[in-house]
Amino acid sequence: MLKTQELTLNLGPHHPSTHGVFRCVLNLEGEYITKAVNHLGYLHRGIEKLAESRTYTQFIPYNGRLDYVAGMLNEWAYVMAVEKLMGITEEIPERAEYIRVIVGELQRIASHGIYFASMALDVAGASAWFYGFRDRDEVLDLLEMVSGQRLMHNYMRFGGVAADLPDGFMNKLDKLLNKLPAAIEEYEGILLGNEIFRARTVGVAPVSREMALDYGFTGPNLRASGVDTDLRRDEPYSVYDRFKFNVPVRQNGDTFDRVIVRIEEMKESIKIIRQAMEGIPEGPVMAKVPKVIKPPVGEVYSRLENAKGHLGFHIVSDGSTKPYRLRIYSPCFVNIGIFPEMAKGLHLMDAVVALASLDIVLGEIDR
Amino acid sequence: MDVIKENQVEELVQNNIIMSTVEAAFNWCRSRSLWPLTFGLACCAIEMMATADTRYDLARFGSEVFRPSPRQCDLMIIAGTITKKMQPVVQRLYEQMAEPRYVLAMGSCAISGGPFTDSYNVVLGGDTFLPVDVYVPGCPPRPEALIYGILQLREKVANPKKIARLKANG
Repeated sequence: MLKTQELTLNLGPHHPSTHGVFRCVLNLEGEYITKAVNHLGYLHRGIEKLAESRTYTQFIPYNGRLDYVAGMLNEWAYVMAVEKLMGITEEIPERAEYIRVIVGELQRIASHGIYFASMALDVAGASAWFYGFRDRDEVLDLLEMVSGQRLMHNYMRFGGVAADLPDGFMNKLDKLLNKLPAAIEEYEGILLGNEIFRARTVGVAPVSREMALDYGFTGPNLRASGVDTDLRRDEPYSVYDRFKFNVPVRQNGDTFDRVIVRIEEMKESIKIIRQAMEGIPEGPVMAKVPKVIKPPVGEVYSRLENAKGHLGFHIVSDGSTKPYRLRIYSPCFVNIGIFPEMAKGLHLMDAVVALASLDIVLGEIDR
Repeated sequence: MDVIKENQVEELVQNNIIMSTVEAAFNWCRSRSLWPLTFGLACCAIEMMATADTRYDLARFGSEVFRPSPRQCDLMIIAGTITKKMQPVVQRLYEQMAEPRYVLAMGSCAISGGPFTDSYNVVLGGDTFLPVDVYVPGCPPRPEALIYGILQLREKVANPKKIARLKANG
Protein backbone atom coordinates (compact mmCIF):
# COMPACT_ATOMS: atom_id res chain seq x y z
CA MET A 1 0.00 0.00 0.00
CA LEU A 2 1.46 3.31 -1.05
CA LYS A 3 1.03 6.25 1.22
CA THR A 4 2.14 9.83 1.00
CA GLN A 5 3.60 11.82 3.79
CA GLU A 6 3.96 15.53 4.22
CA LEU A 7 7.57 16.58 4.48
CA THR A 8 8.81 19.59 6.41
CA LEU A 9 11.86 21.07 4.81
CA ASN A 10 14.17 23.80 6.00
CA LEU A 11 15.20 26.13 3.20
CA GLY A 12 18.11 28.02 4.64
CA PRO A 13 19.54 29.75 6.59
CA HIS A 14 22.54 28.29 4.83
CA HIS A 15 21.25 27.77 1.32
CA PRO A 16 22.80 29.26 -1.80
CA SER A 17 19.43 30.24 -3.25
CA THR A 18 18.15 32.24 -0.32
CA HIS A 19 20.55 35.08 -1.17
CA GLY A 20 21.97 35.30 2.28
CA VAL A 21 20.76 33.89 5.54
CA PHE A 22 17.01 33.85 5.00
CA ARG A 23 15.26 30.78 6.34
CA CYS A 24 11.96 29.41 5.19
CA VAL A 25 10.23 26.33 6.56
CA LEU A 26 8.38 24.59 3.77
CA ASN A 27 5.72 21.92 3.99
CA LEU A 28 5.97 19.74 0.95
CA GLU A 29 3.60 17.31 -0.61
CA GLY A 30 5.67 15.55 -3.17
CA GLU A 31 7.52 18.45 -4.69
CA TYR A 32 4.71 20.94 -4.23
CA ILE A 33 4.66 23.45 -1.43
CA THR A 34 1.59 23.48 0.74
CA LYS A 35 2.77 25.94 3.32
CA ALA A 36 5.73 28.24 3.78
CA VAL A 37 6.75 30.18 6.86
CA ASN A 38 9.39 32.90 6.82
CA HIS A 39 11.98 33.09 9.56
CA LEU A 40 14.01 36.25 9.70
CA GLY A 41 16.65 37.70 11.96
CA TYR A 42 19.74 35.68 11.11
CA LEU A 43 21.53 38.87 10.11
CA HIS A 44 20.01 41.20 12.66
CA ARG A 45 22.92 43.42 13.60
CA GLY A 46 20.96 46.08 15.43
CA ILE A 47 21.82 48.86 13.02
CA GLU A 48 18.90 51.02 14.14
CA LYS A 49 20.01 50.76 17.75
CA LEU A 50 23.64 51.43 16.83
CA ALA A 51 22.52 54.66 15.13
CA GLU A 52 21.50 55.99 18.51
CA SER A 53 25.06 55.75 19.77
CA ARG A 54 26.67 57.21 16.65
CA THR A 55 26.77 60.83 15.57
CA TYR A 56 24.90 61.72 12.39
CA THR A 57 28.11 61.71 10.34
CA GLN A 58 29.40 58.49 11.86
CA PHE A 59 26.27 56.69 10.75
CA ILE A 60 26.80 57.37 7.01
CA PRO A 61 29.07 54.34 6.42
CA TYR A 62 26.58 51.98 8.10
CA ASN A 63 24.14 52.62 5.28
CA GLY A 64 26.41 50.82 2.86
CA ARG A 65 26.12 47.73 5.05
CA LEU A 66 22.33 47.79 4.92
CA ASP A 67 21.66 46.89 1.34
CA TYR A 68 25.16 45.92 0.43
CA VAL A 69 24.65 45.74 -3.30
CA ALA A 70 23.32 49.30 -3.55
CA GLY A 71 25.28 51.20 -0.92
CA MET A 72 25.35 54.53 -2.69
CA LEU A 73 21.55 54.75 -2.87
CA ASN A 74 21.19 53.91 0.82
CA GLU A 75 23.64 56.62 1.81
CA TRP A 76 21.75 59.02 -0.38
CA ALA A 77 18.46 58.17 1.28
CA TYR A 78 19.91 58.74 4.75
CA VAL A 79 21.74 61.92 3.83
CA MET A 80 18.60 63.27 2.19
CA ALA A 81 16.59 62.64 5.36
CA VAL A 82 19.11 64.43 7.59
CA GLU A 83 19.33 67.33 5.15
CA LYS A 84 15.57 67.67 5.28
CA LEU A 85 15.76 67.62 9.07
CA MET A 86 18.41 70.32 9.07
CA GLY A 87 16.51 72.34 6.46
CA ILE A 88 19.40 72.63 4.03
CA THR A 89 17.82 70.79 1.10
CA GLU A 90 17.75 74.00 -0.95
CA GLU A 91 21.38 74.86 -0.32
CA ILE A 92 22.96 71.79 -1.88
CA PRO A 93 25.05 72.84 -4.89
CA GLU A 94 23.69 71.81 -8.28
CA ARG A 95 26.87 70.00 -9.20
CA ALA A 96 26.59 67.84 -6.10
CA GLU A 97 23.01 66.92 -7.02
CA TYR A 98 24.06 65.93 -10.52
CA ILE A 99 26.94 63.86 -9.17
CA ARG A 100 24.51 62.14 -6.82
CA VAL A 101 22.23 61.30 -9.71
CA ILE A 102 25.12 59.89 -11.77
CA VAL A 103 26.56 57.71 -9.01
CA GLY A 104 23.08 56.71 -7.84
CA GLU A 105 22.03 55.50 -11.25
CA LEU A 106 25.36 53.72 -11.72
CA GLN A 107 24.68 51.94 -8.45
CA ARG A 108 21.22 51.00 -9.68
CA ILE A 109 22.74 49.43 -12.77
CA ALA A 110 25.22 47.51 -10.59
CA SER A 111 22.45 46.32 -8.29
CA HIS A 112 20.26 45.15 -11.16
CA GLY A 113 23.35 43.52 -12.67
CA ILE A 114 23.80 41.40 -9.58
CA TYR A 115 20.07 40.66 -9.59
CA PHE A 116 20.29 39.41 -13.14
CA ALA A 117 23.39 37.37 -12.33
CA SER A 118 22.01 35.64 -9.26
CA MET A 119 18.68 35.08 -10.97
CA ALA A 120 20.53 33.30 -13.75
CA LEU A 121 22.42 31.20 -11.25
CA ASP A 122 19.20 30.15 -9.57
CA VAL A 123 17.85 28.73 -12.81
CA ALA A 124 21.25 27.04 -13.26
CA GLY A 125 22.43 29.41 -15.98
CA ALA A 126 25.97 29.88 -14.76
CA SER A 127 27.28 31.54 -17.91
CA ALA A 128 24.78 34.40 -17.63
CA TRP A 129 26.07 34.88 -14.10
CA PHE A 130 29.51 35.64 -15.47
CA TYR A 131 28.09 38.20 -17.90
CA GLY A 132 26.27 40.02 -15.12
CA PHE A 133 29.33 40.19 -12.92
CA ARG A 134 31.57 41.28 -15.78
CA ASP A 135 29.58 44.46 -16.37
CA ARG A 136 28.97 45.06 -12.71
CA ASP A 137 32.71 45.09 -12.12
CA GLU A 138 33.10 47.80 -14.76
CA VAL A 139 30.45 49.92 -13.06
CA LEU A 140 32.11 49.37 -9.69
CA ASP A 141 35.40 50.58 -11.18
CA LEU A 142 33.79 53.97 -11.74
CA LEU A 143 32.29 54.10 -8.27
CA GLU A 144 35.68 53.15 -6.89
CA MET A 145 37.19 56.06 -8.82
CA VAL A 146 34.97 58.57 -7.05
CA SER A 147 34.89 57.01 -3.60
CA GLY A 148 37.87 54.70 -3.24
CA GLN A 149 35.85 51.61 -2.31
CA ARG A 150 34.11 48.97 -4.36
CA LEU A 151 31.06 48.30 -2.19
CA MET A 152 30.92 50.55 0.85
CA HIS A 153 31.41 53.94 -0.68
CA ASN A 154 30.86 56.42 2.16
CA TYR A 155 30.73 59.12 -0.49
CA MET A 156 27.64 61.16 0.38
CA ARG A 157 27.86 63.98 2.90
CA PHE A 158 25.28 66.27 4.42
CA GLY A 159 25.18 69.16 1.95
CA GLY A 160 26.88 67.47 -0.97
CA VAL A 161 29.39 64.75 -1.72
CA ALA A 162 32.80 64.00 -0.26
CA ALA A 163 34.88 64.94 -3.30
CA ASP A 164 34.50 66.21 -6.83
CA LEU A 165 34.58 63.78 -9.72
CA PRO A 166 38.21 62.78 -10.44
CA ASP A 167 39.99 63.60 -13.70
CA GLY A 168 39.11 61.28 -16.52
CA PHE A 169 35.89 60.12 -14.88
CA MET A 170 33.67 61.51 -17.61
CA ASN A 171 35.68 59.83 -20.36
CA LYS A 172 35.51 56.49 -18.63
CA LEU A 173 31.81 56.93 -17.95
CA ASP A 174 31.20 57.76 -21.58
CA LYS A 175 33.06 54.65 -22.68
CA LEU A 176 31.11 52.48 -20.27
CA LEU A 177 27.76 53.91 -21.36
CA ASN A 178 28.68 53.15 -24.97
CA LYS A 179 29.42 49.56 -24.00
CA LEU A 180 26.44 48.89 -21.75
CA PRO A 181 23.59 48.76 -24.30
CA ALA A 182 25.39 45.97 -26.14
CA ALA A 183 25.89 44.16 -22.84
CA ILE A 184 22.21 44.43 -22.00
CA GLU A 185 21.36 43.07 -25.42
CA GLU A 186 23.62 40.17 -24.58
CA TYR A 187 21.67 39.58 -21.37
CA GLU A 188 18.46 39.49 -23.32
CA GLY A 189 19.97 37.01 -25.73
CA ILE A 190 21.49 34.68 -23.21
CA LEU A 191 18.72 34.58 -20.64
CA LEU A 192 15.47 36.21 -21.65
CA GLY A 193 15.33 34.54 -25.04
CA ASN A 194 16.25 31.18 -23.59
CA GLU A 195 13.55 28.54 -23.94
CA ILE A 196 14.33 26.94 -20.58
CA PHE A 197 14.36 30.23 -18.77
CA ARG A 198 10.99 31.15 -20.22
CA ALA A 199 9.55 27.79 -19.25
CA ARG A 200 10.76 28.32 -15.70
CA THR A 201 9.53 31.90 -15.33
CA VAL A 202 6.64 32.87 -17.62
CA GLY A 203 3.41 32.60 -15.66
CA VAL A 204 5.18 31.36 -12.53
CA ALA A 205 4.25 32.89 -9.17
CA PRO A 206 2.08 35.70 -10.49
CA VAL A 207 1.32 38.58 -8.18
CA SER A 208 -1.82 40.44 -9.16
CA ARG A 209 -2.10 44.20 -8.96
CA GLU A 210 -4.39 44.02 -5.93
CA MET A 211 -2.19 41.53 -4.12
CA ALA A 212 0.91 43.63 -4.75
CA LEU A 213 -0.78 46.71 -3.34
CA ASP A 214 -2.17 44.80 -0.37
CA TYR A 215 1.25 43.49 0.56
CA GLY A 216 2.75 46.96 0.20
CA PHE A 217 5.06 46.21 -2.67
CA THR A 218 7.19 49.07 -3.90
CA GLY A 219 9.66 49.62 -6.70
CA PRO A 220 10.28 47.27 -9.61
CA ASN A 221 8.20 44.46 -8.07
CA LEU A 222 5.14 46.71 -7.99
CA ARG A 223 5.79 47.96 -11.50
CA ALA A 224 5.95 44.38 -12.72
CA SER A 225 2.42 43.90 -11.40
CA GLY A 226 1.05 46.72 -13.51
CA VAL A 227 1.14 49.72 -11.18
CA ASP A 228 2.72 52.72 -12.82
CA THR A 229 4.68 54.30 -10.01
CA ASP A 230 8.17 55.64 -9.55
CA LEU A 231 9.22 58.11 -6.90
CA ARG A 232 11.77 59.62 -9.24
CA ARG A 233 8.92 60.76 -11.44
CA ASP A 234 5.99 61.07 -9.03
CA GLU A 235 7.71 62.86 -6.13
CA PRO A 236 10.86 64.11 -7.82
CA TYR A 237 13.67 64.56 -5.33
CA SER A 238 17.11 65.96 -6.08
CA VAL A 239 17.17 67.05 -9.75
CA TYR A 240 15.15 64.18 -11.20
CA ASP A 241 12.48 66.56 -12.51
CA ARG A 242 14.95 67.73 -15.16
CA PHE A 243 15.43 64.36 -16.82
CA LYS A 244 13.22 62.60 -19.31
CA PHE A 245 12.90 58.86 -18.81
CA ASN A 246 10.27 56.19 -19.09
CA VAL A 247 8.99 54.07 -16.25
CA PRO A 248 8.85 50.47 -17.47
CA VAL A 249 5.62 48.78 -16.41
CA ARG A 250 4.57 45.19 -17.07
CA GLN A 251 1.15 43.70 -16.53
CA ASN A 252 1.43 40.03 -15.56
CA GLY A 253 3.43 40.28 -12.37
CA ASP A 254 5.04 36.89 -12.86
CA THR A 255 8.67 36.02 -12.34
CA PHE A 256 9.52 36.81 -15.94
CA ASP A 257 8.02 40.31 -15.73
CA ARG A 258 9.97 41.09 -12.62
CA VAL A 259 13.17 40.33 -14.51
CA ILE A 260 12.12 42.30 -17.61
CA VAL A 261 11.25 45.40 -15.59
CA ARG A 262 14.72 45.48 -14.12
CA ILE A 263 16.45 44.98 -17.46
CA GLU A 264 14.38 47.83 -18.90
CA GLU A 265 15.23 49.95 -15.89
CA MET A 266 18.93 49.53 -16.59
CA LYS A 267 18.33 51.05 -20.01
CA GLU A 268 16.47 53.99 -18.48
CA SER A 269 19.30 54.52 -16.01
CA ILE A 270 21.70 54.83 -18.92
CA LYS A 271 19.43 57.50 -20.40
CA ILE A 272 19.34 59.43 -17.13
CA ILE A 273 23.12 59.32 -16.74
CA ARG A 274 23.54 60.57 -20.32
CA GLN A 275 21.31 63.55 -19.61
CA ALA A 276 23.06 64.25 -16.32
CA MET A 277 26.44 64.17 -18.08
CA GLU A 278 25.24 66.82 -20.52
CA GLY A 279 23.63 69.03 -17.92
CA ILE A 280 26.20 68.87 -15.13
CA PRO A 281 27.28 72.41 -14.16
CA GLU A 282 30.62 73.56 -12.77
CA GLY A 283 30.87 74.72 -9.18
CA PRO A 284 31.34 73.52 -5.63
CA VAL A 285 30.24 70.07 -4.47
CA MET A 286 29.60 70.91 -0.82
CA ALA A 287 27.25 73.41 0.77
CA LYS A 288 28.37 75.35 3.82
CA VAL A 289 27.34 73.12 6.70
CA PRO A 290 28.48 73.36 10.33
CA LYS A 291 31.30 71.01 11.35
CA VAL A 292 29.22 69.50 14.14
CA ILE A 293 25.85 68.35 12.86
CA LYS A 294 23.12 69.26 15.35
CA PRO A 295 19.73 69.16 13.67
CA PRO A 296 16.93 71.02 15.44
CA VAL A 297 14.45 69.14 17.61
CA GLY A 298 11.87 67.40 15.46
CA GLU A 299 11.28 64.43 13.25
CA VAL A 300 11.42 63.75 9.57
CA TYR A 301 10.49 61.02 7.13
CA SER A 302 12.11 61.00 3.76
CA ARG A 303 12.22 58.33 1.08
CA LEU A 304 13.67 57.70 -2.31
CA GLU A 305 13.50 55.13 -5.05
CA ASN A 306 16.12 52.55 -4.22
CA ALA A 307 17.03 49.74 -6.59
CA LYS A 308 14.53 47.55 -4.68
CA GLY A 309 11.75 50.02 -3.94
CA HIS A 310 11.01 52.85 -1.55
CA LEU A 311 13.76 53.22 1.01
CA GLY A 312 12.64 55.51 3.80
CA PHE A 313 14.37 56.94 6.84
CA HIS A 314 12.42 58.19 9.83
CA ILE A 315 14.67 60.17 12.13
CA VAL A 316 13.72 61.70 15.46
CA SER A 317 16.09 64.35 16.72
CA ASP A 318 16.34 65.68 20.27
CA GLY A 319 18.70 68.46 19.24
CA SER A 320 21.89 66.59 20.15
CA THR A 321 24.62 65.28 17.86
CA LYS A 322 23.11 61.79 17.80
CA PRO A 323 19.72 60.68 16.51
CA TYR A 324 17.21 59.97 19.27
CA ARG A 325 15.63 57.23 17.17
CA LEU A 326 16.24 56.10 13.64
CA ARG A 327 13.89 53.82 11.79
CA ILE A 328 14.54 52.34 8.37
CA TYR A 329 11.64 51.48 6.08
CA SER A 330 13.12 48.66 4.07
CA PRO A 331 11.65 47.66 0.70
CA CYS A 332 13.13 44.15 0.86
CA PHE A 333 11.48 43.46 4.20
CA VAL A 334 8.11 44.37 2.73
CA ASN A 335 8.69 42.38 -0.43
CA ILE A 336 9.68 39.20 1.38
CA GLY A 337 6.34 39.23 3.21
CA ILE A 338 4.55 37.91 0.18
CA PHE A 339 6.72 34.83 -0.18
CA PRO A 340 4.58 32.42 1.90
CA GLU A 341 1.52 33.39 -0.12
CA MET A 342 3.44 33.18 -3.36
CA ALA A 343 5.04 29.83 -2.64
CA LYS A 344 1.75 28.07 -1.90
CA GLY A 345 1.15 25.45 -4.57
CA LEU A 346 4.43 26.09 -6.32
CA HIS A 347 6.92 23.48 -7.34
CA LEU A 348 9.93 23.61 -5.02
CA MET A 349 12.36 24.56 -7.77
CA ASP A 350 10.05 27.32 -8.98
CA ALA A 351 9.76 28.74 -5.47
CA VAL A 352 13.52 29.26 -5.41
CA VAL A 353 13.32 31.20 -8.67
CA ALA A 354 10.34 33.21 -7.45
CA LEU A 355 12.26 34.12 -4.31
CA ALA A 356 15.22 35.25 -6.39
CA SER A 357 12.93 37.37 -8.55
CA LEU A 358 11.82 39.39 -5.52
CA ASP A 359 15.38 40.71 -5.23
CA ILE A 360 15.93 40.38 -1.51
CA VAL A 361 19.01 41.50 0.36
CA LEU A 362 19.15 40.17 3.88
CA GLY A 363 21.24 43.02 5.24
CA GLU A 364 18.28 45.28 4.68
CA ILE A 365 15.57 42.84 5.75
CA ASP A 366 17.09 42.07 9.14
CA ARG A 367 19.00 45.33 9.59
CA MET B 1 61.52 1.34 -29.93
CA ASP B 2 63.80 3.07 -27.47
CA VAL B 3 65.84 0.77 -25.38
CA ILE B 4 66.94 2.02 -21.98
CA LYS B 5 70.51 1.20 -21.40
CA GLU B 6 71.85 0.05 -18.08
CA ASN B 7 73.80 3.25 -17.45
CA GLN B 8 70.81 5.49 -18.15
CA VAL B 9 68.57 4.10 -15.45
CA GLU B 10 69.99 6.09 -12.60
CA GLU B 11 69.78 9.33 -14.52
CA LEU B 12 66.18 8.66 -15.51
CA VAL B 13 65.21 7.91 -11.95
CA GLN B 14 66.80 11.13 -10.75
CA ASN B 15 65.02 13.23 -13.35
CA ASN B 16 61.60 11.66 -13.30
CA ILE B 17 60.89 10.29 -9.88
CA ILE B 18 60.40 12.47 -6.84
CA MET B 19 60.85 10.78 -3.52
CA SER B 20 58.52 12.00 -0.82
CA THR B 21 56.16 10.86 1.87
CA VAL B 22 52.54 10.08 1.12
CA GLU B 23 51.50 12.74 3.56
CA ALA B 24 53.48 15.44 1.83
CA ALA B 25 51.94 14.45 -1.48
CA PHE B 26 48.49 14.58 0.06
CA ASN B 27 49.16 17.99 1.54
CA TRP B 28 50.39 19.29 -1.78
CA CYS B 29 47.26 18.08 -3.54
CA ARG B 30 45.02 19.45 -0.83
CA SER B 31 46.61 22.87 -0.89
CA ARG B 32 46.12 23.17 -4.66
CA SER B 33 42.42 22.45 -4.64
CA LEU B 34 40.77 23.96 -1.61
CA TRP B 35 37.04 23.71 -2.10
CA PRO B 36 35.23 26.50 -0.32
CA LEU B 37 31.75 26.26 1.14
CA THR B 38 29.11 28.43 -0.57
CA PHE B 39 28.40 30.25 2.60
CA GLY B 40 27.73 33.97 2.56
CA LEU B 41 26.61 35.73 5.68
CA ALA B 42 26.56 39.38 4.71
CA CYS B 43 28.28 42.00 2.60
CA CYS B 44 31.57 40.12 2.22
CA ALA B 45 29.70 37.34 0.41
CA ILE B 46 29.21 39.69 -2.53
CA GLU B 47 32.97 40.20 -2.75
CA MET B 48 33.43 36.45 -2.38
CA MET B 49 31.14 36.00 -5.40
CA ALA B 50 33.11 38.66 -7.26
CA THR B 51 36.29 36.71 -6.53
CA ALA B 52 34.90 33.75 -8.43
CA ASP B 53 33.86 35.83 -11.46
CA THR B 54 35.71 36.35 -14.70
CA ARG B 55 37.88 39.26 -13.69
CA TYR B 56 39.41 37.87 -10.52
CA ASP B 57 38.94 34.24 -11.50
CA LEU B 58 39.60 32.15 -8.44
CA ALA B 59 39.78 29.12 -10.75
CA ARG B 60 43.40 30.03 -11.47
CA PHE B 61 44.19 28.82 -7.96
CA GLY B 62 41.99 25.76 -7.94
CA SER B 63 39.44 27.09 -5.50
CA GLU B 64 36.53 27.97 -7.75
CA VAL B 65 34.50 24.88 -6.85
CA PHE B 66 32.10 26.42 -4.36
CA ARG B 67 30.10 23.60 -2.81
CA PRO B 68 26.78 24.18 -1.07
CA SER B 69 27.15 21.07 1.06
CA PRO B 70 29.61 21.20 3.96
CA ARG B 71 30.38 17.53 3.46
CA GLN B 72 32.11 18.23 0.17
CA CYS B 73 34.19 21.18 1.31
CA ASP B 74 37.44 21.70 3.10
CA LEU B 75 37.49 25.48 3.42
CA MET B 76 34.94 27.58 5.22
CA ILE B 77 35.08 31.26 4.33
CA ILE B 78 33.24 33.17 7.04
CA ALA B 79 32.08 36.03 4.86
CA GLY B 80 30.18 38.47 6.99
CA THR B 81 28.77 39.29 10.38
CA ILE B 82 28.03 36.37 12.68
CA THR B 83 24.96 37.16 14.76
CA LYS B 84 23.95 35.35 17.90
CA LYS B 85 21.12 33.66 16.06
CA MET B 86 23.46 32.49 13.31
CA GLN B 87 26.32 31.30 15.51
CA PRO B 88 24.96 27.79 16.22
CA VAL B 89 24.38 27.31 12.49
CA VAL B 90 27.93 28.34 11.66
CA GLN B 91 29.24 26.01 14.36
CA ARG B 92 27.16 23.14 13.05
CA LEU B 93 28.25 23.68 9.47
CA TYR B 94 31.86 23.58 10.60
CA GLU B 95 31.26 20.34 12.48
CA GLN B 96 29.66 18.80 9.40
CA MET B 97 32.72 19.44 7.28
CA ALA B 98 35.07 16.51 6.79
CA GLU B 99 38.57 16.75 8.16
CA PRO B 100 41.02 18.21 7.38
CA ARG B 101 39.08 21.47 7.36
CA TYR B 102 40.19 25.04 7.36
CA VAL B 103 38.55 28.32 8.29
CA LEU B 104 39.21 31.69 6.71
CA ALA B 105 37.79 34.75 8.44
CA MET B 106 36.94 37.29 5.75
CA GLY B 107 36.39 40.89 6.71
CA SER B 108 36.43 42.78 9.96
CA CYS B 109 33.06 41.38 11.15
CA ALA B 110 34.31 37.79 11.00
CA ILE B 111 37.57 38.84 12.67
CA SER B 112 36.29 40.92 15.56
CA GLY B 113 32.74 42.12 14.97
CA GLY B 114 33.97 45.07 12.91
CA PRO B 115 31.73 48.12 12.84
CA PHE B 116 29.13 46.23 14.87
CA THR B 117 31.31 45.43 17.91
CA ASP B 118 29.04 47.23 20.34
CA SER B 119 25.84 45.75 18.95
CA TYR B 120 23.75 43.57 21.23
CA ASN B 121 23.31 40.79 18.70
CA VAL B 122 26.73 40.33 17.13
CA VAL B 123 29.32 37.66 17.95
CA LEU B 124 32.75 39.22 18.30
CA GLY B 125 34.54 37.32 15.60
CA GLY B 126 34.70 33.78 14.28
CA ASP B 127 37.70 32.86 16.44
CA THR B 128 35.56 33.01 19.57
CA PHE B 129 34.20 29.57 18.70
CA LEU B 130 36.09 28.27 15.61
CA PRO B 131 39.80 27.67 14.96
CA VAL B 132 40.51 30.33 12.35
CA ASP B 133 43.50 29.68 10.08
CA VAL B 134 43.74 32.86 8.05
CA TYR B 135 42.40 36.35 8.68
CA VAL B 136 41.70 38.65 5.72
CA PRO B 137 41.09 42.19 6.97
CA GLY B 138 38.99 44.79 5.20
CA CYS B 139 35.41 45.97 5.18
CA PRO B 140 34.85 44.29 2.81
CA PRO B 141 38.25 42.97 1.66
CA ARG B 142 38.86 43.37 -2.05
CA PRO B 143 38.77 40.18 -4.13
CA GLU B 144 42.54 40.40 -4.51
CA ALA B 145 42.83 40.31 -0.73
CA LEU B 146 40.69 37.18 -0.52
CA ILE B 147 42.82 35.50 -3.20
CA TYR B 148 45.94 36.42 -1.23
CA GLY B 149 44.35 34.95 1.87
CA ILE B 150 43.62 31.69 0.07
CA LEU B 151 47.21 31.61 -1.22
CA GLN B 152 48.47 32.08 2.34
CA LEU B 153 46.27 29.20 3.42
CA ARG B 154 47.74 27.13 0.60
CA GLU B 155 51.21 27.72 2.05
CA LYS B 156 49.95 26.74 5.44
CA VAL B 157 48.39 23.51 4.18
CA ALA B 158 51.38 22.52 2.08
CA ASN B 159 53.98 23.15 4.79
CA PRO B 160 52.60 22.01 8.14
CA LYS B 161 56.13 21.68 9.57
CA LYS B 162 56.95 25.29 8.77
CA ILE B 163 53.81 26.46 10.54
CA ALA B 164 54.57 24.28 13.56
CA ARG B 165 58.07 25.76 13.71
CA LEU B 166 56.75 29.30 13.47
CA LYS B 167 54.26 28.57 16.23
CA ALA B 168 56.95 27.06 18.47
CA ASN B 169 59.09 30.17 18.03
CA GLY B 170 56.16 32.40 18.85
